[in-house]
Amino acid sequence: MSAREEVLGRIRTALGETRAPVPEVLRDYRATDDRPAGRLLDVLVDRLEDYKASVLRCGPDDVAATVSAALDAALGAGWAPGSVVAAPGLSEAWRPDGLDTDDDRPPVRLADRAAAVTAVAVAIAETGTLVLDGTPACGRRALSLLPDCLVCVVTADQVVGGVPEGLARLDPLRPLTMISGPSATSDIELERVEGVHGPRTLVVVLVA
Amino acid sequence: MTTTPEDLRTDQTPLAPGAPRSGTTFLGLPTAPRGIGHLRGDRSFPDAAREALRDGQLRANLGHATTTIRGKRARVVSELPDWAQLRAAGSALKTATMARLDEHLEELERQVTARGGTVHWARDAAEANRIVTELVQATGSDEVVKVKSMATQEIGLNEALEAAGITAHETDLAELIVQLGDDKPSHILVPAIHKNRAEIREIFLRTMPQFQGEGADRDLPDEPRRLAMAARAHLRERFLRARVAISGANFAVAETGTLAVVESEGNGRMCLTLPETLITVMGIEKLVPTWRDLEVFLQLLPRSSTGERMNPYTSTWAGVTPGDGPQDFHLVLLDNGRTAVLADEVGRQALHCIRCSACLNVCPVYERTGGHSYGSVYPGPIGAILSPQLTGVEDNASLPYASSLCGACYDVCPVAIDIPSVLVHLRAEHVEAQEKPTAESLAFRALGTAMSHPRLWRVAQKAASLGRLLARGRPTMPNTLPFPASAWTRSRDLPTPPAETFTSQWAREHGGRR
Repeated sequence: MSAREEVLGRIRTALGETRAPVPEVLRDYRATDDRPAGRLLDVLVDRLEDYKASVLRCGPDDVAATVSAALDAALGAGWAPGSVVAAPGLSEAWRPDGLDTDDDRPPVRLADRAAAVTAVAVAIAETGTLVLDGTPACGRRALSLLPDCLVCVVTADQVVGGVPEGLARLDPLRPLTMISGPSATSDIELERVEGVHGPRTLVVVLVA
Repeated sequence: MTTTPEDLRTDQTPLAPGAPRSGTTFLGLPTAPRGIGHLRGDRSFPDAAREALRDGQLRANLGHATTTIRGKRARVVSELPDWAQLRAAGSALKTATMARLDEHLEELERQVTARGGTVHWARDAAEANRIVTELVQATGSDEVVKVKSMATQEIGLNEALEAAGITAHETDLAELIVQLGDDKPSHILVPAIHKNRAEIREIFLRTMPQFQGEGADRDLPDEPRRLAMAARAHLRERFLRARVAISGANFAVAETGTLAVVESEGNGRMCLTLPETLITVMGIEKLVPTWRDLEVFLQLLPRSSTGERMNPYTSTWAGVTPGDGPQDFHLVLLDNGRTAVLADEVGRQALHCIRCSACLNVCPVYERTGGHSYGSVYPGPIGAILSPQLTGVEDNASLPYASSLCGACYDVCPVAIDIPSVLVHLRAEHVEAQEKPTAESLAFRALGTAMSHPRLWRVAQKAASLGRLLARGRPTMPNTLPFPASAWTRSRDLPTPPAETFTSQWAREHGGRR
């Protein structure tokens, strides 16, 4: 008998011939968040800053300039545009001049880039979570991982209240990365330290 | 643990606890085999704990760490007005999943396969290790990077790979500390919780190549930030050159074939993203039926484990995505005693565990004895019910007793596993399984006889009052009584018998009157 047949057979034996009915799952937890949109943006900013991410807010016409300012703050003024890689589908209107664009280079060649700039698919206010879904605007997973600084552009319509609303907007067949602040560890005396293997700096440009 | 050929014979493995030992409903489901993996200690819990309790540094480290994490967890849990509803939903979802586990696993296999992944089934640790080793060998690589995974710890995968000439690099900071220190994990979430910053600094200076040799800069302060940076430097190049990664999984979604790994440092993302080949080893109980179910667990898990509103990184993937991440994906579904646990109607709730480790952090026993005392990779209250069921209770017979039954673990469990009830259930299993009388059963039989014969009882009471001589005026008996009394007194206070019992005092003051 194959291992597959044997393991499935053991499960059937364990559960018995007359199976207990499947219990109903009561989903009476909060599925939506009724707070006004402006309030949700404030919650998102509060949570992100609590994780030691920095947030810059701007209007729809100032995104490229704000991304530029974010990179100034993270890398120091005078950063080389060629050392910053943008997701291939990032809106032209959001890009500072001269940025490199990710292509199909081997992923490890992103490791020496100073920063990456991407969009997000969803932002969850209550947990301060940005979700990247591998679409051209968000870029492949290595892009938001290897450069030491990550700048994410979030638009107000992408912000939802809680985790249930966030997951409902996502496609589970895509490779998803949920990011809540910079890389961190609590492995030494259970004290949180920001910055281990992922980007040590996370800057969010919130467009509203 | 020494391995003998006898130990490797799986037909000797004990039967599932709860499996009836006679009659027509005999289930006979095999438990995790002996001689492989890390589910059994080399001595009993009390023996190991006694040694741990003498280690003042260990107790200080554990006390500090568990106090910190308890406070953080309590803060972020109290923030959610619907925590109780989420917890009930999490519990019900797990019960529902287990009730149709075979159907969900078949659906998961279909979905993963349809999206370009390959699914393997492993009856036990030996089979899982063999599958993974052969998959790595097929790539031609002699090293792998690993994401922290309890399942691969359980089956002793690193040792199996090493025996095949393959080096496994642990990449989680705490696992790295344990691996470099040639140590054992002592906590589900933070395997190096028993080490403080000074001890970790010492391990890094001693073992990391960057600090060795003439002219190496050995300036490493013991600040957690600097230690984390040393680990980043140590692992960076290994990530970038790795061709094969091995991970566990926190969740697998049956309806979509989506797998999820929840982490903090980004080492998981490195392993799940950069190598060409990804091998995920997952216990068969880790799945959830639908994508929507993750809306419950992704709220319960981070707040319960690290005390954060959300962990820094959660990665999900379904099979293979062209141009993004590993192009060769293998999922190994592991039984290794889980079906034996499933057969026990009371004990099967141990399979609901999402490995948050909140029960460890609140447990007064764990806080004092540490994780190594439990012998298994699953320590603390959840380990005390999971390990004996995976191995058969006679192979971890002391663990169901490694608890004061205070119930703090049940209170914090995000999926409401009634750990105290399962502990009591397993104690009963253990007692009923004894074929020869034990000292305890003899003592209670004698007590029963005495209590049902008034004259005998009075004689026994008189005899007991002689204990006062040994106590020499102290309120409790000395803990150095000779055997068999020592079995009781070495870990418990035995009150000194009173000078006079109530019945004899009554008789003295009131004569024979009632």
